[in-house]
Amino acid sequence: MSDTQTMHYLNQTTGIWSWLKTLDHKRIGLMYLFTVLIFFLVGGVFALLIRWNLFYPNHGFVEANTYNKFFTYHGAIMVFLVIIPAIPATLGNFMLPLLVGAKDVAFPRLNLFSYYLFVLGALIALASLFFGGADTGWTFYTPYSIRASSSMIFVVLGAFVAGFSSILTALNFIITIHKLRAPGLTLGRLPLFCWAVYATSIIQILATPVLAITLLLLVFEQVFKIGIFDPKLGGDAVLFQHFFWFYSHPAVYIMILPAMGVISEVVPVFSRKPIFGYKAIAMSSFGIALVAFIVWGHHLFVSGQSELANFIFSLLTMSVAVPTGVKVFSWLATMYKGSIHFNAPFLYVLGFLELFSIGGLTGVFLATLALDVHLTDTYFVVAHFHFVMVGGAIMGFFSGLHYWYPKICGKMYSEKSALIAFVLIIIGFNVTFFPQFILGAQGMPRRYWTYLPEFTLLNQISTVGSWMLGIGFVYVVYYLLRDLKKGEKATANPWRALTLEWQTTSPPPTENFVKTPVVTEWPYEYRE
Amino acid sequence: MSLPIAATDVAVMWDHLYWFLVWLSVFFFVLVVGTMIYFVIKYRHQKKQKPVFITGNHTLEVIWSIVPLLLVLIVFVWGYVVYRKMIHAPPNSLEVRVIGKQWLWQFQYEDGKTTVNELFVPVNQPVKLIMSSEDVIHSFFVPDFRVKQDVVPGMYTSIWFEPTVPGRHQIFCAEYCGTSHSQMLADLYVLSEGDWAQWKAGKKLNLKTSRISMSNVPSPTLAEQGKKLMLQKGCVACHSDDGSPRPGPTYKNLFNSKVELANGQVVIADENYLRESIETPQAKLVKGFGPLMPTFRGIVSEEEINAIIAYIKSLK
Repeated sequence: MSDTQTMHYLNQTTGIWSWLKTLDHKRIGLMYLFTVLIFFLVGGVFALLIRWNLFYPNHGFVEANTYNKFFTYHGAIMVFLVIIPAIPATLGNFMLPLLVGAKDVAFPRLNLFSYYLFVLGALIALASLFFGGADTGWTFYTPYSIRASSSMIFVVLGAFVAGFSSILTALNFIITIHKLRAPGLTLGRLPLFCWAVYATSIIQILATPVLAITLLLLVFEQVFKIGIFDPKLGGDAVLFQHFFWFYSHPAVYIMILPAMGVISEVVPVFSRKPIFGYKAIAMSSFGIALVAFIVWGHHLFVSGQSELANFIFSLLTMSVAVPTGVKVFSWLATMYKGSIHFNAPFLYVLGFLELFSIGGLTGVFLATLALDVHLTDTYFVVAHFHFVMVGGAIMGFFSGLHYWYPKICGKMYSEKSALIAFVLIIIGFNVTFFPQFILGAQGMPRRYWTYLPEFTLLNQISTVGSWMLGIGFVYVVYYLLRDLKKGEKATANPWRALTLEWQTTSPPPTENFVKTPVVTEWPYEYRE
Repeated sequence: MSLPIAATDVAVMWDHLYWFLVWLSVFFFVLVVGTMIYFVIKYRHQKKQKPVFITGNHTLEVIWSIVPLLLVLIVFVWGYVVYRKMIHAPPNSLEVRVIGKQWLWQFQYEDGKTTVNELFVPVNQPVKLIMSSEDVIHSFFVPDFRVKQDVVPGMYTSIWFEPTVPGRHQIFCAEYCGTSHSQMLADLYVLSEGDWAQWKAGKKLNLKTSRISMSNVPSPTLAEQGKKLMLQKGCVACHSDDGSPRPGPTYKNLFNSKVELANGQVVIADENYLRESIETPQAKLVKGFGPLMPTFRGIVSEEEINAIIAYIKSLK
């Protein structure tokens, strides 16, 4: 009923074309969100199939070749089509202009183009399924990938095209932050989510082209046999790993930094206190972005890389602990003497801290040269990066999704449903992935279709956990869709937050603000 | 977090570092998550309790930057010290050549024996594996020894261990290599002194799980196989084994010697150099010799390259 009275970005124009041709960053953000959630579902189904195959040794639920495709698509979809775009392309697109008090991003047309590039890339990658399916793992290591089925080329080209979407979006964000800030919004008053997106964008612009070139070389190698990566043709098999991780390690920070940005917004709002160490948190994002580029070799400790290179990469990798620690301790200090409200966004902060602590600490194991030799390429690594990627990036994404849900759709989600889902996800996640640390320490290698009988119990626990986790995720999507209709109407600022997106109506009008906002103070000035 | 048995001294050192880091991590986990739980309970929203306006504290920020840095540096140094022990084989090591293929492990011993998916080594003696791959990247992983090394086509990598526990130890392939990656398993038998003598003499071992039965027929040693190959492949037309001049450099005293190249660079003639000179002869041309040699890539197999190099090594 209220929809007929007030005009906002959702009802100003209607019809499918008004969406497909929209230049509104909010609508584009929602289209990304919709697309990413579909891929999350698809990637998740692959995960459940993997876990079910591992319920027994020699289970044979699917044959080995099929299983190998499952983990390839699970990894490729989750990395390239879900976690990398999850926060920047959805929440970033929607919120960044609002957070800086702008009408839109700097280049709205380019923004829409980026979305279609992303969809095109995704479709090309998934087209490979009709050509036999790729089985190289999402890392495409040579020379295996060169000899593998040519459907690998589709996945690689898909990632190549989607990569350009990522570069263009990052460009758009950087320029938006520089040129479109509201009057009075000095850099020192910029919300921390914007700083995190800024640091992420720098990585995306600098690292993604390297991936693009590498993937193109891989295609050339397979089609034209040019002999860069294939030792049979005089190439170097390990060179590919250097190129690949030169992008893909920074990509890990592309995934985690925006999540940290969300956490930095949510903690002060729900603690009713200023963020602790604003400058340190903002700078640590850039510290992480910088270090991201000089640690790729820690993926290659047992690849035949020289002892000196291993020494240097291990040492440099250790330095990641500092900016990461700064953020975690600052968030804790923000809670100190606060007045804490346990809404869903904050619950996911607690989830983030629990899971990311484990993910980060086990990262130190893998950065330690001697320990990595035994632990690398085992389930220990699988557990570690799931704790960081799901426990970090996805927790941050869900925190942000709940935090901005009222702004995005003008409705409140149900706190009760959110609590149930959160408990399922946290327990399910720990039950799924913690046993994998033990499996890895005991020596179970990753990407195994079957395993020795002594690994059975822990694998079964892990599989049972995956069911809880799956139910939890599906339930979140269910109640968020349900509450679009059933949810209570949201006010402009239900969380009493100080950042600019809350100073306009929920949902915002098409050009965000009726009057250009003027900023007079820091966004964390919580005095109660 | 139970670990497999530690069947080498290095594995024992590895375990110490591992458990140190486990407990350090438990400490920090309890610190972070414990503090978090304490704060959210103590400072949960209550009418009487007002939040305090705090924006930072430089002393604290410096402390929580420096303390973790110092701790990870300690872990780094410790990790590097153990790592050095893991990768530098003692000079008196027994050498076995390993070839990874989709999807099996082949072992070539100095005395000419070849086994598949079963590796036999003596107890309390350092063993160095010189490994290469015939197709894609594999990774040789023995959890009981805490060692792992990728096995890469087109180059040699190596690994070493000195087993202290006789019996069977599991070998895995740890780098994804296609369909039967998860079945690319092998057994490593650490033999007591008596069994080792039996094995060397070619007598059958009384091992319950082993499929290998040895024959008493003496086979040519790996170096002898290499010498024969040199004749068959025509190497001797250009390379002598006694130092006499021919169109190509001699093999005598070549292994591990310093070689001056045409471009003035000096390299050590180690396994990887010899391998490269067979597969890509022009890559490191020796000073004073012309670019005459054709490539032998695809003409000699992994096993044959191993035998040829073993022969060159024997000419010291």
